[in-house]
This record gives sequence, C-alpha cells and structure tokens, in this order.
Amino acid sequence: MSEITRRRFLAASLAGGAATTLASGKKAFGAGTFSGYSDSMGVLVDLTRCIGCRSCEAACNKEQNLPDPALPFDDPAVFDQHSHGREKRRTTEKAYTVVNRYEVEGQDHPLYRKIQCNHCNEPACLTSCFVGAYKKTSEGAVIYNPDVCVGCRNCMVACPFYVPAYSYSSATNPLIKKCVFCYETRLKKGKPPACVDVCPQEALTFGRRKDLLQIADKRIKAHPGKYEDHIYGEHEVGGTSWMYLSSAPFDQVGFDTALQKEPILNNVKDFLATVPMVLAIWPALFTGFHLLAKRDGKHEENHHAEEDSKK
Amino acid sequence: MKKLAAHGVKTVDSPDKAPGRKWTLMEKLFLGLTPGEYLNQFIRNRFNWILGAIFLIGLPLIAYRFFFGLGAVTHSSYDYPWGVFLSFGLFCMVPLSASGFMLGTAVEVFGRHDLEPIERLALLNGLMGYAFAVVYLLVDLGMPWRLSYPMVVSFGPAAVLFLVGWHVATYLSVQVMEVSTAFFEWINWPAAKKFIRRGALGLTVAGIILSTLHQGALGALFTYAPGKVHPLWYSASFQWLHFFVSSIPAGLCMVIVVSSVVKHTMGWRCDGNFMNNLDRITITLARGASMGLITYLVIKFIGVAHDNTWAYLATGWGKWFMFEIGFGVVLPLVIFSVAIHHKRVDFVRIGAFITVFGIVLNRLNTALITFNWKLYQEVPHVFEVLISITLFAIYVAVYRFILNRLPILYAWREAPSEATQEAEEKVPARGGTSGVPVGAYRTMD
Repeated sequence: MSEITRRRFLAASLAGGAATTLASGKKAFGAGTFSGYSDSMGVLVDLTRCIGCRSCEAACNKEQNLPDPALPFDDPAVFDQHSHGREKRRTTEKAYTVVNRYEVEGQDHPLYRKIQCNHCNEPACLTSCFVGAYKKTSEGAVIYNPDVCVGCRNCMVACPFYVPAYSYSSATNPLIKKCVFCYETRLKKGKPPACVDVCPQEALTFGRRKDLLQIADKRIKAHPGKYEDHIYGEHEVGGTSWMYLSSAPFDQVGFDTALQKEPILNNVKDFLATVPMVLAIWPALFTGFHLLAKRDGKHEENHHAEEDSKK
Repeated sequence: MKKLAAHGVKTVDSPDKAPGRKWTLMEKLFLGLTPGEYLNQFIRNRFNWILGAIFLIGLPLIAYRFFFGLGAVTHSSYDYPWGVFLSFGLFCMVPLSASGFMLGTAVEVFGRHDLEPIERLALLNGLMGYAFAVVYLLVDLGMPWRLSYPMVVSFGPAAVLFLVGWHVATYLSVQVMEVSTAFFEWINWPAAKKFIRRGALGLTVAGIILSTLHQGALGALFTYAPGKVHPLWYSASFQWLHFFVSSIPAGLCMVIVVSSVVKHTMGWRCDGNFMNNLDRITITLARGASMGLITYLVIKFIGVAHDNTWAYLATGWGKWFMFEIGFGVVLPLVIFSVAIHHKRVDFVRIGAFITVFGIVLNRLNTALITFNWKLYQEVPHVFEVLISITLFAIYVAVYRFILNRLPILYAWREAPSEATQEAEEKVPARGGTSGVPVGAYRTMD
C-alpha cells in the first residue's frame, strides 16, 4: 500500500462511514429497560393446590393439535419418566407443558410443578433472535413467527428456563415449538389459556399480572408458614407473566433460584453499546496509525516499487 | 508434484508457458501437467487416499442430514441446541481465521513490509476459515436456505447474532476482495488487481473493524446464557474481550501452523522469497502471539476476579479450567519465550500448535463441554462428529487446491509484455521463461 493521498483517506473514511450507517440500523432500539406492558395478562401457579392430574397437559395437547403421548395422560408412571439426560421431563416439540412430581422432605404430600413458557416481560428468546421471529404482545404472550425462522436455535440457548423445543426430525420445515399462551385461539379474545380453563383445582389463576401479584401477596400473608415468602417470576430475569407460589423452597421443586433479576438483554447491552464506538473510532485510529508508521513518504514509495516489481 | 518438480517439470508461476505461448486455463488448473500426469500424481498422493476415505463415509452422511433432518445425525437435544457443528465449526474456525486481519493490519496499516511474504497466506487462511464457518453453519441451520433472511427479509437488530451475521457476511466479501488480487494475477487481469490494490487500506481498516466486532460478538453471544455457561468461562463484562483478544494469538498461530505444514508438504509450490523468510517471519509472528497470549492470560484472571469466581477453581471444573489455561496459554507462552530467545523455529512451531489447541479447547469448553454444567454432559452423536470431520477435510482439500494454483506461496512473474514499467528489469533477473524448472531446486533437499 502506498502513501495516503487525500482521496484515499476519504475512501477509507467513507468505508468506515458506510459501516457506521449500517450499524445505526442495528442500534435502532433504545437502551432503556423494558419492564413489561402494564395491562399484560399472566397466570399464577400455586404448587400447594396442584394434585398432578395432568388435565392441563391434555388440554394443551388438544388445543395445540399435538400428537398423542406414548403414555395416556392419566398414567402416573409418567412422573418417573425423564427427558434425554435429565432427571425430570421437560417441554418438547410434542408437549408444550409438562407437570413434574417432587417429593420434598417436610411436605405431607408430593408437590407438582407445571412447566411451560413463562412469557417473560423482556424475553431472552426475543432479544436473541436475529430475524425478529418473536413478539411480546401487549396481552403478555410471547409468540413466534415460523415464516421467518432460520433455525439457528439461539433462542433455545438464550432461554433461562429451557423452554423452547425444536422439531429436529423435520428436514424441510423444522420449527421452534413452545407454549404461546393460546394467543391466537384464546388470549387475543380475552379468554384464559386452555390449561387454566381446565384446571379442576384452581391451581392456575388467570388475570392481569399486577392483580396476580396482589393475589399472591395476600395468599402468602393469609397463611403464615404455608408458603415460601417469594413469588417466583415477580423479578426473575426482569419478571415473567407466569408466576409461582410454593410451599417448599423453590430450588427443591425444580426452579433455578440463581437467575439474575435483570432481563438477560442487560448482559448484552454493554457489548452492543461498544459497537457504534468501534465503528466510529477504529477507522480514524487505524488510518492514523498508518500515517504514523509511515516514517517518510520516500521509504514507502521505494518499497512500493519493489513490491510491484516482484509481482 | 514434489517429485515431478524435481524431475524438471515446469510449474505454472507466470502467464507464459514458453516465450510467446501462454498457459491455457486448463493447463493452469492441471498445474502445468498433462491430464495423465496430473491424474498419476493425484493417485500417487497418499493424502488423497485419506481424504477419499473420509469423503466416502462423510458425504453420504451430509446428504443424509439434508434428507432426514438434523434429528437424524444429532441427538436433537433441546438442552444443547448448539452441537459440534457450531461449537467447532463456528466458534473455533472464526478465531483461527483472525490471521487475515492481523497480517493485513501489520503490512498495510503499520507498514511492516518484512511480513509481506506471508501476508497472502494469512489472508487466504482468514478467507478459508470464514467460508467454512459458514459451511458449518449451513449444515447446522434448521433451514439453511433462509440464510439471507436476517439481511433481506426480517431484522432482529437488537440481537448479537444479527451483528455476527452481518459482519461475517461483510467481512467475507472484504476477504474475497483481498484475496482476489492473487486470483486476478493468476487469470492475467492486471487492471482488476490494480483496482483492488487501490482500495487495500480501506479494505484492511474495514477488516479490523469487522473483526474486532464479530470476534467479540461470538463471545457476547454467550452472555445470553449466563446460567448455562460455567462461571469460569463466563464473564458478562469481558466475554467479548476474552474472545477478541484470544483470537489474536489464535489467528497468528494458525498461520504458523499452516505455513509449517505447507513448507513440509508443498515445498515445490513455495518460492525462495517465502522459504527464505519463513523462519524469520515465524519468530516475528510468535512475538505477536506471545503479546496476545499474555494479555489474554491477564484479562482471563481479571474476569475471574471481577465476578469473584475464585471459589470455583477448587472444584473439578476449576481443575479443567486450570488445565486449559496452563496447557493452552501458559505452556505456549513459556515455549515461545524460550524459542524466541534462542531463535528455535521448531519450538515456535510446537508452541503455535499448542496455542491453536488451547484456543480450540477454550471455545469447545465454552460452547459445549462446560455448557449446561448444572444439567448434564452431552456426548455428541457419532454422525455429528463424522460430518464435522468431513467438512474439515473438505476445508483442507479446498485450501490445498487454491494453494497449489494461485500465487499465494509464490510470486507471480509478469510477462515482459504485460508488466508495468517498474517490473521490467526484474523479470529477466528471475530466469524469465527459459524453461528452467523453477520449483526444482527448492525441493531437492
């Protein structure tokens, strides 16, 4: 490379400038923290009320047109099953919600915990998706658009609750499979999701998230000693639409209690913020280095002649 | 080819076969041999047999993956969505390809023209690594035909992967342009080469920007999974710096490794300028790599201190972490310092190989081995491993195909008729087109 003429400097700066413009598109979102739509709906799950009947699983299966499971929904042997590598079952492409049984010391009966998408206020799946396939609706549901999904599965990596599953078996149209809060069929029309509707124990309470928080608070205060003094999902990863009450410590009934309080996106913001800085500073910095490295024009000129003649 | 060169077969290193007679494209593709000779040496080469065996098993498996889905060749794990294809293919290949921007910066920006003999190899190494990272990605994506979606159909601008996608795509084009100068020489199109060379500084600076960001972004991807990556391999604040800084020794050492392999296996193709300068350049690159390694070592422990994860060092994972750092970072540092001091190029090469191993181990640890450390250990499906090996074999084959032909390891001698004014006196001095077996004397030893 020869010395920098003004034209070349301009060209180099232009390249950097173009890159910066490119990046401004990426940074189109504000850096503030989103804590959820104020009127979004949610569900409060009370582990003390759940009897493990799995009618919610059956209802979900029917509502979402999922294939029948290997064991019928009323077979308790399911609780001894486990997913690949795990002790307990997890959500799969064929089961958007599963109920697991936990025998906890000091409890007079086994506790059952329902797993499904928790519909985070600031979902990690949504923020990690590079085609924007996810959407958090104002009703609170985190929904997924299969038409733009490329299949990178970053959302599965990002989800702190290990919820999204993937239809790996499909060669032509593999998709993310997860609970969508029955958005199209029910939530949009103001109706509770199928699982809540069917629950015979009122273990699941559907309502506005802020009302649910008050209900949960009341239950904890009304029965001192019965509940753990914590609403799981109130603050975890920025808050979730689905929240839990439990009589046993949460880590003993399959919850990850080490989760951060801030949305997952906050971990990434620092890096994203450096992006426009690098784009803006590097071109001038390195072109400057180039000018410094070039001791005098003569040296470069001579060298350049040599270089060309070699080729 | 080595033997043929020794027996006086003329290699293609200039536009002219004999005075007034140009090489045809077919002749260039066959390295100046007749098709029969070419086939002969192709079959004689034992390495081709190994590649052939790998392809025989691997290519059907790749077809199998596309006909029957990822579920057929992986464990289709919901807990480990990213298996070997991405852990190795993307997260390891990309740092090992940082060589392009490192050497580009050294030569074009800092004016270190003493490193020029290896610049093109470093650029090609970068291009090859990125191109094959994309190949691995295509095999891993659920719907690879939608690869362009984040560019044209639907945008997820807040996602780190969006940035990675855009930058890898842009940088890939930048690298294609950087390497294209060699291609333009080879097909005799000096005007195009001249055009690209004009923009070399711009391309190089663009390369630095894009590399800084996406090398870092690959690290930042893991900050989406704070509970899943083991705390010793995780640092919310510094993850991207860990990945970026470690890519510097990784890229430099990869060039040392590749150049050593090339020197021993493709000596006939390297010209005197490359061969005579290689040892000196290797030492220089090792100096740079040492600086990168020591910085990486320091910021690794700053990361541990910042998050106060010292306690984990006493656990089993901690021992594994110490092994990775001890064997993959400290050991090569020691080797480098001894080797550089005593000018022992052979030791430098061993050190470089260990560094490459160390960085690969780090990426595999972050993405696969310690991932989900609270859950369970995933052992990859055998087909997944076989496909990864096959893709790597294709990478080696394509890499070699290009090195054999394009003027990467040797300088292209312009014909007097086409040469620019500066080049005129140089051509006769190099033996011109007299039919002397140019490659021969280099491989006799």
